[in-house]
Formats: sequence, C-alpha cells, structure tokens
Amino acid sequence: MPTDRPNAAELVEAVREFLSDHIAPNVEGQLAFHTRVAINALAIVERTIAQGGAMDAAELDRLKDLLDRDGNLEDLNEELSRAIRAGEMDDRKEALLAHLRQTSEDKIALANPRYLTKRG
Amino acid sequence: MTADTTKNKAEIQTEILAAVMHDRVAQVYGPGTGIEGLVRLSGGASRETWSFDALLPDGERKPLILKRDPLDEQTDTQLIEGEVQLGVDRWTEGRLMQLAGEVGVPVPEVPFFLDADERTSAGFVMQRLEGEALGRRILREDAYAKARPKLAFQCGEAAARFHNIPTDRLPALPRLPVAEALDYNRNVVDSFHQPHAGFEYAFHWLRERLELAGDRVGLVHGDYRNGNLLVDGDGLAGVLDWELGHLGNPLNDLGWICIRAWRYGYYDKPVGGFGEVDDLLDGYEAGGGGRVSREALHFWEVFGCMRWGVICMTLAFTHISGKERSVEKVSIGRRAVEGEYDLLQLVD
Repeated sequence: MPTDRPNAAELVEAVREFLSDHIAPNVEGQLAFHTRVAINALAIVERTIAQGGAMDAAELDRLKDLLDRDGNLEDLNEELSRAIRAGEMDDRKEALLAHLRQTSEDKIALANPRYLTKRG
Repeated sequence: MTADTTKNKAEIQTEILAAVMHDRVAQVYGPGTGIEGLVRLSGGASRETWSFDALLPDGERKPLILKRDPLDEQTDTQLIEGEVQLGVDRWTEGRLMQLAGEVGVPVPEVPFFLDADERTSAGFVMQRLEGEALGRRILREDAYAKARPKLAFQCGEAAARFHNIPTDRLPALPRLPVAEALDYNRNVVDSFHQPHAGFEYAFHWLRERLELAGDRVGLVHGDYRNGNLLVDGDGLAGVLDWELGHLGNPLNDLGWICIRAWRYGYYDKPVGGFGEVDDLLDGYEAGGGGRVSREALHFWEVFGCMRWGVICMTLAFTHISGKERSVEKVSIGRRAVEGEYDLLQLVD
C-alpha cells in the first residue's frame, strides 16, 4: 500500500463526508435510504482500517493458542471450524467460547459499535 | 427518455390490472361493482402489493389489498437456499390466512384470489385493515402506547391458535423438521466457502440439544416478528406475510419473535421490542399451545439468532455472486455478526 497522503482511510473518509454533507440532504425516498446505507458501509471500512490490524493480530494469537499450531488467520479459522464440527473442541469449550465471543465482539465493534450499548 | 418509457410501462400495467380487478370484483360482489383508487404500494421487491377499494352497487366500500407475484418471471430471492425451497405460492399464502382467521387469529380476511393468465400473475386479495406494520413506529409512536404492553401476550395467543390447526386441514406445504432445518442452514453457510467458527459452534450446540426443540410438527408462520404484525391502538390487529409458512416445529416462531433483530434498539424488551417473555408464554398457554419451557424457548432463540445471521450472509452473497448487485444487500452481510454475537452470549 502506498504511504503517500491521502492514505486509504483519508480517501474513504472524504467520500463518506461527501455523501453525508452533499448527497444525503438532497435526495429522498429509496435513494436517501441507500445513501445512508452507503455512508454506514464506508464507516465500517474506516473502522476496519483503524482497528482491524490489531484485531487480526490478537485473533491470530488466540487461534494459535487454542489450536496449538502455527498458521495464518484464514487457515487457522478453517481448521477451527472443521474441529468444532468434528467435536474435537469439546474438551476446550471454555477457551473456545472465550475466543469466539471476543472475535464476535471485535467484529461487531467494526460493523455496528452501537449494538453493544444502544438502548431505546 | 428511459424515465418516460418506465412511466408508461407502469401506467399500462396499472390500467391492465384495473381491468382485471374490475372483472373480478364484479364476479365476487355482483354486477355493477367497480373499483377505485388502484395504486401500487411500496414495499417488497419480490411481490407486488396494490391498494384499491371495491365499490358495491349499494354504495358499500370495501378497502382491499392485492398481493401478487411479480409480472416479470424474475426468480425470487429465497431467504434460505437449499434442497428445500421455502416460500409458498400466493394461493397457499392466502389460504393460510383464511385458515388462521377461522381459528381466531387476527388476520385480514381473504375474499378472493387471482389466477395467473395473460393479463396478470397469481395473487390474492385481502381486507385493508387500519393499523401500523412498521416495527419502529409501533415501538416509538404514542398511538401504540396502550397497545405495546398487550402485544407479547396477544402474539403468544395468536401463535398457539395457528400452531394448533390440524395438519390435515393445511394446504401442501414445505416440510422442515428441526434436524433438517439445521442441516439446511449449515449447507447454506457451506455454500459460501467461508469457514465460520461462530456459526459452526451454533450448529454443533443446536445439534447436541435437538431434544430440547421438541418433536411437535405443525404450521410454522416462518417469519413471525415485529415487522410482520399489524398493530392498532388496541393491540394486535393482524398477522401478515405468511409466505414462509411451512410444516415444522411451531416453537420456531416463538424463538424468532424474541431475537434482537426485531427489537429495533429497544433491547430491554425481549419480545419484539415491546414485551416480556413471560407474557408471550402466558399468552401461548392461554391460546391452547400448552406451557412452553424456558429451555425449549432458549433453544429456539439460539436457532433464531443463527438463522438471522445466515439470512444476512445469504443476502450479502446475492450481491457478491453477482446475482443482484446492491449496496443494501451487501451491507446487510455485516449484520450477520449480530446474530453470531447474540447466540454466543446465549449458549454455554
């Protein structure tokens, strides 16, 4: 990835601001709804750029511990899914659940952080 | 230019449909009956809904809704894809509403049907009831403040009634007992070639607890939730959208109405954002459905969270596969984690 400014995060942010400030106020109906959806999608990308790397690294560490082997995120997730289905993780259920809950919490923090706190 | 062509096409379709409905209301309500105010309602992309009034010769006005298949032969996006196709035809959907009405479930009356012919696709006509179906408005607006505390009980009662319809009275329906329903969802996830440990855990957890699901088989609404309920100032006025009706374990409907996706932010009210689980289960018992255990409901809540996640993924892959490019559909894919997060909080 180029390190020149604007970086990827700044470009996505600029597009999101453009949609929010200049498109959203001037459209209605289905187009307004889809504009809001697009703004939300870009916000997910921004959060992923900012926090995704650290989350991936932590997930990889947890997977290595849990499966007691080396590998990349994709391979170890595939292995974990296979092992759960085969019932091979049943003796490590507490550790497995702790990992899965942390992973889902991280993903939701990227996708929809308000989901964890929103009331009413 | 394009806009004009589209508009003309829509106008022509409206004229043709007006002629069809004019003929049909004359057959059903007698010669001299006419129609007024035919207008297409927004809403589902896979179905057309139209609003109109039938005007009887004696001056009586019947407010009606037509729900029909899309005119172009586009294949409907199945909520769940697999060997079993969920999603009944319009005649079956209308018939389910009639049967539910006969056992005391609040539903719009279904006075007549439309056959597919050279002028129209198949459909059914239902009474246009007063009320609100948008989940958020039901939870937010003052007009429904007195209705909200009653809804969980009423939803339980209504569900018990249609769950108890003898299966030999039902039209032909897809059959999806719990074990098959579970396989079905797992096959859908497998088809995305995206290993998913969180959902894998759900499949494993549910599979090991199948006995909690119970072995009852009956009419499942299939999408029983805030959003498919018509509510007026007094409470539940109609159960809508029966197109995912199937034969399966009826408790599926009770778990589904409790998942967070239908609470629209009102997370402290587990049933649809408006009510309490005890009220739902009390209503279910009062409606003749028997006492449902918390363990059985818990199983079906986990199942519901899983199913919500799988539906979100399915919609995203409708876009990713190129079948239907849509920023809305692909974005819903990121809501799969809501189901995953919730079910991981529920399981042990």
